[in-house]
Amino acid sequence: MKVYDLPDSHGHFGPYGGIFVAETLISALEDLRIQYERYRSDADFQAEFAHELKHYVGRPTPIYHAKRWSAQLGGAQILLKREDLNHTGAHKINNAMGQALLARRMGKSRVIAETGAGQHGVATATVAARYGMECVIYMGSVDVERQAANVYRMKLLGAEVIPVESGSRTLKDALNEAMRDWVTNVADTFYIIGTVAGPHPYPMMVRDFQAIIGREAITQMQEDYGRQPDALIACVGGGSNAIGLFYPYLDSSIRMIGVEAAGHGVETDQHAATLTKGRPGVLHGNRTYLIQDENGQIVETHSISAGLDYPGVGPEHAWLKDSGRAEYFGITDEQALEAFHALCHYEGIIPALESSHALAYAARLAPALTSDKLLLVNLSGRGDKDMPTVARASHITF
Amino acid sequence: MSRISTLFGKLLQNRRKALIPFITAGDPEPGMMVPLMHELVQAGADVIELGVPFSDPMADGPTIQRSSERALKHRVSLQDVLAMVGEFRESDSSTPVVLMGYANPVEAMGYDAFTARAKACGVDGVLIVDYPPEESVEWVEYLKRQNIAPIFLLSPTTPQQRVERVAALAEGYVYYVSLKGVTGSLHLDLHDVAEKLDGLRSRISIPIGVGFGIRDGATARAVAELADAVVVGSRIIEEIERSPKAEVLTNVHRLVKSLRVAIDAVSPAPSAAVKLTHL
Repeated sequence: MKVYDLPDSHGHFGPYGGIFVAETLISALEDLRIQYERYRSDADFQAEFAHELKHYVGRPTPIYHAKRWSAQLGGAQILLKREDLNHTGAHKINNAMGQALLARRMGKSRVIAETGAGQHGVATATVAARYGMECVIYMGSVDVERQAANVYRMKLLGAEVIPVESGSRTLKDALNEAMRDWVTNVADTFYIIGTVAGPHPYPMMVRDFQAIIGREAITQMQEDYGRQPDALIACVGGGSNAIGLFYPYLDSSIRMIGVEAAGHGVETDQHAATLTKGRPGVLHGNRTYLIQDENGQIVETHSISAGLDYPGVGPEHAWLKDSGRAEYFGITDEQALEAFHALCHYEGIIPALESSHALAYAARLAPALTSDKLLLVNLSGRGDKDMPTVARASHITF
Repeated sequence: MSRISTLFGKLLQNRRKALIPFITAGDPEPGMMVPLMHELVQAGADVIELGVPFSDPMADGPTIQRSSERALKHRVSLQDVLAMVGEFRESDSSTPVVLMGYANPVEAMGYDAFTARAKACGVDGVLIVDYPPEESVEWVEYLKRQNIAPIFLLSPTTPQQRVERVAALAEGYVYYVSLKGVTGSLHLDLHDVAEKLDGLRSRISIPIGVGFGIRDGATARAVAELADAVVVGSRIIEEIERSPKAEVLTNVHRLVKSLRVAIDAVSPAPSAAVKLTHL
């Protein structure tokens, strides 16, 4: 059996990934790469990470059998990996915790992060408070306006939230601005990237910190069901929750399905289905699929879910798509909302709109399969943050 | 000999330093670019760095970001930028033009199509900010096939080993970023620049330009004492930004002229390490 061992030493996943940044950032990335290599195999570091995940984050998260919803759909059994039960309500904290511990080992007193919906910003502000570090969060001014509750959460946790006014004033611009801060303040600052994108070693490092999801799943499936699932399903924006679930399963032959945001439909220009509709290019320090115009300018994307509203995708997903190891499909805003309501109704679980995309794909796949098949869906976050969006979509005002 | 080598050869003979202004193609508007380029030459520019606008200029500060956004409002594409250079070349066959930008527009056009068209339009060098040498091997081959100089950045944090890697690939001149941070930053540490350039001289045989943080005649002059070329970007973009359209050419001329005068006041430096044989 071929053992999966990507990325290579320069951060390449086939033709994707790499280090595409200005010379001014190279030495900071090299320092990070060396330090991460060291702590990646350091028993003390890994023990501290495991301890924090257990006692602070609340892991392991259970696998829950959505029996009523599965019965209603008629077909395969839908199992949910409950990342929504983590502290702060999503998988994002796994990675924020890992990077915060690394920042401490590297002697950095200040952490910065970009955020779109605010989930990664909240996770970063949380770990910064936990360790007494200064914290600055960059957030597009459009997002600041539409995610007011999360902005307040970050401020409560002691973070400074800086609205970004450049470009489209959304997640991609927040990432640009965080990079600019980092290159200026690299001596005391650690940049906690929230997804499996950016220059090497970020895609690898974030994946490693999120891989706890898949490792737990392998153990839990064996214990609870005596076997592994027939397919893994996860939503993909940048792709960190999906890669966290997929990565420990890569050497198996289990089917892997990434679900992108098709917005108003991939046939329109209002979507964020990067792997379905994008072309390879270079953005934010790595080569990957991008939603761009014919001149190579990055264009604005759309999804009802702010966490999937990103014109790029992690380079490892680009590679998994090209190599055929994983499959990627789009789910529209409308389909995601339908799955959102179904999970509320049948299971008493309010899912994040991001995760609702994965649920919607599972709901399409399940009826085509027999009832002995098991679909493991990563329920990457809870939906409390999405109340205003869902209410608006249902024409309800509070 | 290439236009860049010819230029630096001549400057060295006359014991003068190069002035390299940066402007963004399409800012303030596409129709003004060719007249603006000629105006820069009239005011004393030796090389023109022409920025290719990009939606996500990660290494640039607010001034050049805004400039890029203004250019993109006019939907200026890489093809348009090349056409501007071609039009400039119709009446200026000697001033080198270097394109500076980000990888994605070039990748969208394709290396082959881009380098062939750039050559035909009279482009002399290209600096892709987010192509470090490690990711540039194939790219540099395409440029060299068309005799276009691959220009690279060096920074205060570039270790010796990487300097040598850059030295092996770079042609034309190298661009030393004089401080940490993004373009348009303040606080240039001249003492530090002097020390770093001393270290670079033994490894880099082509001219060294210094940029980032040069805002007036005094800093331009001080940098000209140390380097072979002085690159000024954000300060010129600010002038374009704050000038009414009718006064852009006059105001930019006045600014560039003042930088020229300041640089030419530099006492001839017998210690200049670039030798004619290397050009």
